[in-house]
Amino acid sequence: MSELVSELLRSSIKKELAAGRRADGRALDEPRPLRIQKGLVKTAEGSARVWLGDTDVLVGVKAGLGEPYPDTPNSGVLTTSAELNQMASPTFEAGPPSAEAIEIARVVDRGIRESKAVDMGKLCIVPGEKVWVLFIDIHVLDYHGNLFDAASYAAMAALTSAVLPGGKLGIDDKPLPLDHTPVSVTAAKIGSTILVDPALDEEAIADARLTVTTDENGDIRAMQKGLNGSFKFDEVQKAIATSQRVGKAIREIILK
Amino acid sequence: MGGMELEKGMKLIDENGRRIDGRRPDELRPIKIEAGVLKRAEGSAYVEWGNNKVLAAVYGPREAHPRHNQKAERAIVQCRYNMAPFSVTDRKRPGPDRRSNEISKVIAEAFSNVIFLEQFPRTAVGVYIEVLQADAGTRCAGITAGSVALADAGIPMKDLVVAVASGKVGGVVCLDLNKEEDNFGEADVPMGVAPRTGDLVLLQMDGHLTAAEFDQAMKYSMNAANQIYELQRDALRRRYAVSLEDLKVEMQREAPPPAEEEPKYDVYYDAQPGVQE
Repeated sequence: MSELVSELLRSSIKKELAAGRRADGRALDEPRPLRIQKGLVKTAEGSARVWLGDTDVLVGVKAGLGEPYPDTPNSGVLTTSAELNQMASPTFEAGPPSAEAIEIARVVDRGIRESKAVDMGKLCIVPGEKVWVLFIDIHVLDYHGNLFDAASYAAMAALTSAVLPGGKLGIDDKPLPLDHTPVSVTAAKIGSTILVDPALDEEAIADARLTVTTDENGDIRAMQKGLNGSFKFDEVQKAIATSQRVGKAIREIILK
Repeated sequence: MGGMELEKGMKLIDENGRRIDGRRPDELRPIKIEAGVLKRAEGSAYVEWGNNKVLAAVYGPREAHPRHNQKAERAIVQCRYNMAPFSVTDRKRPGPDRRSNEISKVIAEAFSNVIFLEQFPRTAVGVYIEVLQADAGTRCAGITAGSVALADAGIPMKDLVVAVASGKVGGVVCLDLNKEEDNFGEADVPMGVAPRTGDLVLLQMDGHLTAAEFDQAMKYSMNAANQIYELQRDALRRRYAVSLEDLKVEMQREAPPPAEEEPKYDVYYDAQPGVQE
């Protein structure tokens, strides 16, 4: 998954950034418009399609019955996987999930798991024997940069629409027990400029990437630094503050 | 066929000859087609067919990988038919399996028949079909979406491919089986056709039919194919329709600005012969 960017475009993006301007006219701390469609997939217990700018991600949540892990007999099971479909970009290749796909799934998973977004205790039916098993499947349909955030918003939105199918137990359907809404905000560093929600070309020339997931109290729940470049400590502090601020508006859209 | 046991008291065809979803034997489920729904792909289409939701994207012609798959005299069609894990009642394990590999192969062969492959030697045309929600007939919906996506990508073809299935349920030959009918029916015959010539480019069958029943099934499918063909063409027309108003705006935008001073010729470069811009 390597996007080609011409030297001309690379230098023009950098030159404009040095003057504080982005190609699409956004402010450095301004994400692209976010649109969410919930409940598109009726075969899933929860689903959401998210457009972050032109990046288009569909997440389906399946809920089934299974056994808990031996070390957590009183808690449900949550698994997150991601597929970078060839449909979504000419640079995505066939085959088993790439390292990139696995990283995206794991960062999304961490945000949801560590924020205790889902009340895993309430997913236990018979301790040590029977629990709800949740699968979050991330399906990338159109790649225009920043899959980390698009996938994370789609996953969280799909969870808010999810229903535990009581039919399998002879009880009523009930909404998935949710306690928190983690929101990730990804920053990219190009030269000495740091910007949020990198679009395709920005992401392709980024030196470093930092995803910060915060909850509704502004507490940090997951982080991931990526790519070969580096951040200074004060840059990380700034990225956290930005994530808290930008995340607030995004949380409202996810919960709508 | 599925060979599953029908629940007691459940009838696939009622006393009025209606099916469980109220359709007559020769009736299609509602179909909606939209062209050009994705930005990155060179061509794309979305199809809702009953409770099926299918997305198709096309890339190419582009360099074929791996290289040993290249054909010196023509393009190849690479197709991936894939079901999203959440597209079915019990979660499907992600990634290709034997069923999806077979379907991908027959779909690629169907498209190979209509695309002018000889115009693009050594290249590959990629057709990617994602089933987002499944309710029987996903390969037909996928092919129908795929050929609209091919046209949207501007791939030269002698015709669109339309696919539709007929089968037999409760002893009656029926068009376009839904999930229950597919599970409990006696036969299913998916077919793909290039309607202009009537060439069959995909044909599969499983179950049990007499030759006469097969004729009836194909008759239903051929008829339905013409209806679906119209929906495909309509989706493409909607995608590329230009209103008179749009045209006026476009013409105004393209009009050259009035020259303010004498043009400075030294800033204009003609493309050098043999050098592509």
